[in-house]
Amino acid sequence: MSEMKIVSGNFAAAYGAKLSRVEVVAAYPITPQTEVVEKIAELVSEGEMDSEYIKVESEHSAMAACIAASNAGARAYTASSAHGLALMHELLIWASGARLPVVMTNINRAMGPPWSVWADHHDTLAQKGTGQLQFFCENNQEVLDSVIMAYKICEDEEIMLPAMVVEDAFILSHTKEPVEIYDQELVDEFLPSYDPDYKLDVDQPLGFGSLGMPDWYMDFRYKIAEAMEKAPEKIKKVNKEFEEVFGRDPGGLIEEYKTDGVDVLIVTMGSISSTSKDVIDELREEGHNIGLARLRTFRPFPVEEFRKLTKGVNVVGVMDRSYTFGHGGDAAREIKDALYGHRDVILKDYIVGLGGRDLTPKILKNVMLDAISLQDKGLDKEIEWVDLKINQERWRR
Amino acid sequence: MLEIRFHGRGGQGAVTASEFLARAAFEEGNDVQSFPMYGVERRGAPVTAFTRIDSKAVRNKAQIHEPDVVIVMDMALLDAVDVTAGLKPDGKVILNTGKAPGEMDLGVDNAIYTVDASSIAVQHRLGSKVAPIVNTAILGAVVRATEMVNIETLVDVVRENAPAKKEENAKATKQAYEEVRGEDIE
Repeated sequence: MSEMKIVSGNFAAAYGAKLSRVEVVAAYPITPQTEVVEKIAELVSEGEMDSEYIKVESEHSAMAACIAASNAGARAYTASSAHGLALMHELLIWASGARLPVVMTNINRAMGPPWSVWADHHDTLAQKGTGQLQFFCENNQEVLDSVIMAYKICEDEEIMLPAMVVEDAFILSHTKEPVEIYDQELVDEFLPSYDPDYKLDVDQPLGFGSLGMPDWYMDFRYKIAEAMEKAPEKIKKVNKEFEEVFGRDPGGLIEEYKTDGVDVLIVTMGSISSTSKDVIDELREEGHNIGLARLRTFRPFPVEEFRKLTKGVNVVGVMDRSYTFGHGGDAAREIKDALYGHRDVILKDYIVGLGGRDLTPKILKNVMLDAISLQDKGLDKEIEWVDLKINQERWRR
Repeated sequence: MLEIRFHGRGGQGAVTASEFLARAAFEEGNDVQSFPMYGVERRGAPVTAFTRIDSKAVRNKAQIHEPDVVIVMDMALLDAVDVTAGLKPDGKVILNTGKAPGEMDLGVDNAIYTVDASSIAVQHRLGSKVAPIVNTAILGAVVRATEMVNIETLVDVVRENAPAKKEENAKATKQAYEEVRGEDIE
């Protein structure tokens, strides 16, 4: 029987791994690591989860162990955060290059200095070019759902790429809310066991991780690009299958919240999307024609979806909980890229909530009202940093 | 929507209290959310934890800045933390003290309730005499003062979820429910 439990985002990820019948978990347990792997260690030691749990000496080694396990045909999982993820960087690229469907959970935390453990998307988005699929979760239920879904998407023979299921530090990771923990049989019905065509096998020796001479390397990269191009349709398909089995729609590529025929479209990622929905409702009641697009899948980037969603829209207001120095917020840059040559629309990038700065409904409402005001006054500036000490009065009033 | 803010010190169980309250409200059919404000945790440091309860889906994921109820688990915090900051005009304050509500002056007009949760915890051997674990006791007082859930529901949640001394914790909750003092409690 499926069961409602009150659990943190950390535990939701752990239960997602357990229900996915993950066979190998490799993890480094020190900060910025969270309770995800602590909970899994407990489940394994109590015999509730049948996995090989490998304690390693760094996040770099954690992904290396997952790569080896996946190469041997095992379903592998790890979790990390911030500086741990940065240390993993080299192996994230290796996992995609080797076409291994390792799934990991990343707790989105700011990078130091100054030292921080609070919510920020910079750690995950700094890995956007590593060949990982990236799913940003809005609540703890979605964390559990997305881990299960990620295996199904990534292990598809047309995809065969690793994925990161990410959740905001503390706001989801340490916040407890009701989560449905599914019956194992239901998950088994949805997610078959992992059985790759090629794996390490002493009876059938094969070479892995060989040299790619210049007359071959580029074609291997092209195959990864091709798999990424196929991923959006696969994600939509698996999302639909998930909804049929579990009665819940995790949002696919983009969750559209009251977006039909809107004049102003707000784009958010992660946990602020949830708070933003309350604010959207309030603004609509006040007569504003505004809706919200929650960008759930950052890789592959839903280019076509953004083109469709912005048809007839006057203003797109993007809230970025990250900033790429020298260029701007990550989501806004990529949406502009998607719309180039397709839409003539005002787009403003709001930099919000870095390093866990609290995003209250009031601040979010002021951001949305600013976006609404651009319809009359036009674009005042391309990038606006919200709720800095020097402008807090404006955003908190 | 009911928004509750707990002020305690590391080791008193404020985070667990916010969770148990959420569990009890969930048992009664509400959507709930329970979360701590994390700083640099260490035993004795000020800790803030939050609970949201609503019959509709709880979507707000910001911290609680305008609570309906404030709970102070250690009176020494009154000198260090502005515990009534943002408290709604009709909001309530529950204090862990042996003094009567009338003896307390927090500089606000809100209804004040008091309970000697530390003594109750010590009586039931929860924690030590110098550092009693007061969370399950103070919850009993919170429920009497606010009537946000049934005491039976809460006691069951405490008994089921307390990591140790389940019966003692359940008894502490009940005792505080009986002993809490406030203007509208006989």
